[in-house]
Amino acid sequence: MSRNDRMSGNEAVATAIRQINPDVIAAFPITPSTEIPQYISSFKANGLIDTEFVAVESEHSAMSACIGASAAGARAMTATSSAGMALMYELLYVAASDRLPIVMAAVNRALSGPININADHSDSMGARDSGWIQIYSENAQEAYDNMLMAHRIAEHPDVMLPVMVCQDGFITSHAVENIVIEDDGPVRGFIGSYSPEKYLLNPAESLGVGPYSVSVYYMEIKRQQFEAMNSARAVIAGVSEDFAAMTGRDYGMIEKYRMEGAELAVIVMGSAAGTGKAAVDRLRGSGVKAGLVKLRVFRPFPDAEIAEAMGGVRALGIMDRCDGFSACGGPLGAEARGALYGRAEGIKTVNYVYGLGGRDMRVEDFEALFAELARVRDGAESLRCRYHGVRE
Amino acid sequence: MIEIRWHGRGGQGAKTAALLLADAAFETGMYVQGFPEYGPERMGAPITAYNRLDDQPIRIHSNIYEPDIVVVVDQTLVGPVDVTSGLKKGGAVIVNTDLSPAEVRGMFKGCTGAIHAIDARDISLRSMGRNLPNTPLLAAVVKVAGIMGEDEFLKNMEGSFAHKFAAKPEVIKGNMLAIREAWRGAVLI
Repeated sequence: MSRNDRMSGNEAVATAIRQINPDVIAAFPITPSTEIPQYISSFKANGLIDTEFVAVESEHSAMSACIGASAAGARAMTATSSAGMALMYELLYVAASDRLPIVMAAVNRALSGPININADHSDSMGARDSGWIQIYSENAQEAYDNMLMAHRIAEHPDVMLPVMVCQDGFITSHAVENIVIEDDGPVRGFIGSYSPEKYLLNPAESLGVGPYSVSVYYMEIKRQQFEAMNSARAVIAGVSEDFAAMTGRDYGMIEKYRMEGAELAVIVMGSAAGTGKAAVDRLRGSGVKAGLVKLRVFRPFPDAEIAEAMGGVRALGIMDRCDGFSACGGPLGAEARGALYGRAEGIKTVNYVYGLGGRDMRVEDFEALFAELARVRDGAESLRCRYHGVRE
Repeated sequence: MIEIRWHGRGGQGAKTAALLLADAAFETGMYVQGFPEYGPERMGAPITAYNRLDDQPIRIHSNIYEPDIVVVVDQTLVGPVDVTSGLKKGGAVIVNTDLSPAEVRGMFKGCTGAIHAIDARDISLRSMGRNLPNTPLLAAVVKVAGIMGEDEFLKNMEGSFAHKFAAKPEVIKGNMLAIREAWRGAVLI
């Protein structure tokens, strides 16, 4: 059973965490994810969860505590944003390489400087090579749903990798919207209990976690991480299928929106996908063959799915809410173009950097962008990469 | 879809009012959004909050530039902030003011929308003993936007206050009085 409710993205994620009732949460508050540990503290104070809540003194310590708890055999979680995630970077790599299925609620926010509290994807994009699975959410519902699926993915024996569930700071974290909340019982049944195969507090089998690895062992560890990330594709698909069977809400690695017969398309992640869909509807209404591909999963990267989704697309806009400062486009731009190479060639692409530091992305912005893609399709010259929605 | 933009100052409860309105509309079965725009947060600085209300799921996640309704929580914002910017044709402004109708009309010279005035400060002080303008303004918005009728709204809010103020039921009466007065006190000028 489920109920219709309304809540912000942060409250939705906190509700999922209450239902998950993890063994340990270690967190340090940072805008815009602060409300999540706040909610958890009140759940704990009101006896709704029996989680050990560790109020650490920094995000570096938060991730360290999660690593310790997870290695000991506990289900461990955290929440963070922006500079907080950046302070965790060192430990994110440790969590992934130690194969600890920690789950993080990431509320995306720009990195300094200039200092800014609003949404972009620079924080989690900076962690894209850390070995974490990354799932992005369009709205509060998806943030909630992705969080309910995260442990099943992370703890699967073929995966055993940490997962971050991302949503856009303020845009969805602080926006109250309609949401369907599942009942606690079925959710707990869906997630199940966590019984790790190997853990530090097992008296029957001694174990070392995170020892020094000399060159003759190190590369085999990395090879296994690669294998785990690759296996995550099938696991994410399977868990999403089970979730759809329970809730009726069906998620893939990507979402194709009105891609049938699309000649112009954008690839986008996070809250802007919804705004883009509204633009696609308007354009389709006036006969423009527009479509949209939303990336739900960025790690592992859905390269084959993106290429397959292209169909008859002739001009594609790849939307990055982060500039990796490669001076030739953002991270999604580079990887999406890589996905098309050798699979779906001949598509003209423009990589747009948009929405940095909370810069608004409107329906009209998408319409302008599709208009440019139409000109590019018809032979107009365009930069391979440009900023959208900037004064210059 | 009804799109509403709230203009207030930090600390006046414009964000809370937008969230309360989302709650009230949700109770009628609508799809809702209520969200603030976060700038440099400090008491007294101009802030903006938004609502989208629809009978269809809402997918747009951007601020509102062409509102159907503008709510001005603090009349001193009129001038320094272009509060009626982008107001839709046939749209409405609701302003919390103690000025005379002629003065209010002067304040919104050139505005083509309907102007509704309400002295939310006075209503709030009389009914709740404190200046909490967002409760009376909420009633004015529900009335002007036609989200629901007076009886349904009063019933809805009574339930909502009983839940919200479970720990301090003594404030429920004042809040209910405020929204009752506000329903009648919001006037088209």
